[in-house]
Amino acid sequence: MAQMTASNPKISRRELKSRIPHYAVLLVTGVLFLAPVAYMVAASLAPASDTLAGFTVFDVTQWGLHNYSGVASSLSSDSTGHLWRFFAVSFTVTVAVVGLGLIVNSMAAYALARLSWRGRAVALLAILLILIVPFEAVAVPMFYLYNDARNTLWIQILPFIGNALSIFLFYSFFTGIPRSIDEAARVDGAGPWRIFWQIIAPMSKPAYASVAILTFLTQWGSFLWPVLMISDPNLRPLPLQISVFAGQLPPAWGQVMAFGVLLVLPVIVVFLVFQRWFIEGVASSAVKG
Amino acid sequence: MAAPAISLLLLFVAVPFLASIGFSLYNVRLGDPRDPSFMGLTQYVRILTDPDVSGQFLDALLHNLIFAAVVVPVQTALALALALLVKKNLPGMGVFRSLYFLPVVFPIALVAIIWRLILARGDQGLLNSALAFFSGGAFGSQDWLGSELTALASVIVLSIWQGCGFQMVILLAALQQVPPELYEAAELDRANGWQRFVHVTLPGVRTTLVFVALYTTILSLRVFDQIYVLAKSGGGLNEDATRTVMYEAVTAAFDENNIGRASAISVVFFLIVVVLSLIQRRVTTEKEG
Repeated sequence: MAQMTASNPKISRRELKSRIPHYAVLLVTGVLFLAPVAYMVAASLAPASDTLAGFTVFDVTQWGLHNYSGVASSLSSDSTGHLWRFFAVSFTVTVAVVGLGLIVNSMAAYALARLSWRGRAVALLAILLILIVPFEAVAVPMFYLYNDARNTLWIQILPFIGNALSIFLFYSFFTGIPRSIDEAARVDGAGPWRIFWQIIAPMSKPAYASVAILTFLTQWGSFLWPVLMISDPNLRPLPLQISVFAGQLPPAWGQVMAFGVLLVLPVIVVFLVFQRWFIEGVASSAVKG
Repeated sequence: MAAPAISLLLLFVAVPFLASIGFSLYNVRLGDPRDPSFMGLTQYVRILTDPDVSGQFLDALLHNLIFAAVVVPVQTALALALALLVKKNLPGMGVFRSLYFLPVVFPIALVAIIWRLILARGDQGLLNSALAFFSGGAFGSQDWLGSELTALASVIVLSIWQGCGFQMVILLAALQQVPPELYEAAELDRANGWQRFVHVTLPGVRTTLVFVALYTTILSLRVFDQIYVLAKSGGGLNEDATRTVMYEAVTAAFDENNIGRASAISVVFFLIVVVLSLIQRRVTTEKEG
């Protein structure tokens, strides 16, 4: 680019000129996309009286951290639930679903892609069929069938570990690995478990990263299932809790927005750190799924 | 190796799914001391034709269809426009890509709460103050979520804001695979920007566009979280103008304890999803073949 500018300044000036409207459109769209996020952050810092007072919310001179300390003290009894506990619940559930899901689904995908066993073809077909069933279609019967498990931690975790989409994404990745790699290891006397854990799994980091991020994103925002199953404030995950908190009368909007910032912050941090994986993960899930 | 994942999927997808078909034929209620009585297809007949029940269900179906009919073309077009905007490798483009993608990491329950404040009625809401400001007071305050005319439209806007970045990323990946030689050839033929878009870009990403559109259609049918949060957490959402199929299923199960009817709704919901998925699968296979 620098070379081109040096050797051909005329073209670069025309090019530069054409970039101005391009950036203008990008900027205006960017502002529109960012506005709700900016509003959330501003409202979390502004006095409660400014949340619903038009542009006053953006008055930086009034900003402070009182809503953050406010939300911590509003949510600090057993009847309201404790702020730290909502995070602990969401964190535990998400880590368990992502972690156990990676192990269980990649193992299944490997067995489907590489091993020969009775019922393999049926299992593969079943996975493809299950891929079509959205969670929403089974939420109601599950609410009835597992009603005895209401208000437990495990019922928030167990149903989401086995995941047909994750199996499918791993499966497509594994079928892309040359078979000669497995065979070389088998000749050396390695069994299927060793081949999988010591050779295939370490080679498949991009697939693990994509699936991890995708599951993390879905699980952290999970709402429908907790609505049906969780009423105990000590077991509520964050998205359910913010809707309960926002529905309280009178609503403390500044604190609700501070809660919102805290809720989304972990995801944004993960997003910024693993941006490339994030975007690839989303793209691959949709293109393949 | 596949056993853990497959047993989990059986327990939490296959069994509940089959159970929902069973439940839909019975008068099932939670905590009912009497045994459920067999009703045949009565639940289906009722949700489709009984004036007391079918009104809400058919409304819900209609809202899903309107939602899909607006969101699918608008969001896909917007996502394509954004993808084209951020495709060029210009300085700062990574920032804009992340910016447009940012809402995707927001749990939809939180999105609903942020927008509930932005759309607040009276002149305190951010949108109402912005409109009053830019129109010099000529544009009066609207009750965006409460009015029958704008309630569904408001939900559509916040859903597009949250979901658009997802489609953008997929389309961006497709755009980057269009061979640059095609653009060079078009330029030699003195095709202008619009002609290049119609004759090179669109055919290049056609299958991905169709895929994205069908994928969004299925997502449009699954809409639940934002409606539930806005209607139940003091959002003042006009329930009658926005209820969706999943909202009906959950309220039938949860508020009316009518598991039978809720299961029938789930089964109908699933059948619609299956038809769309089959179309989608065909399109994807064509793409690969």
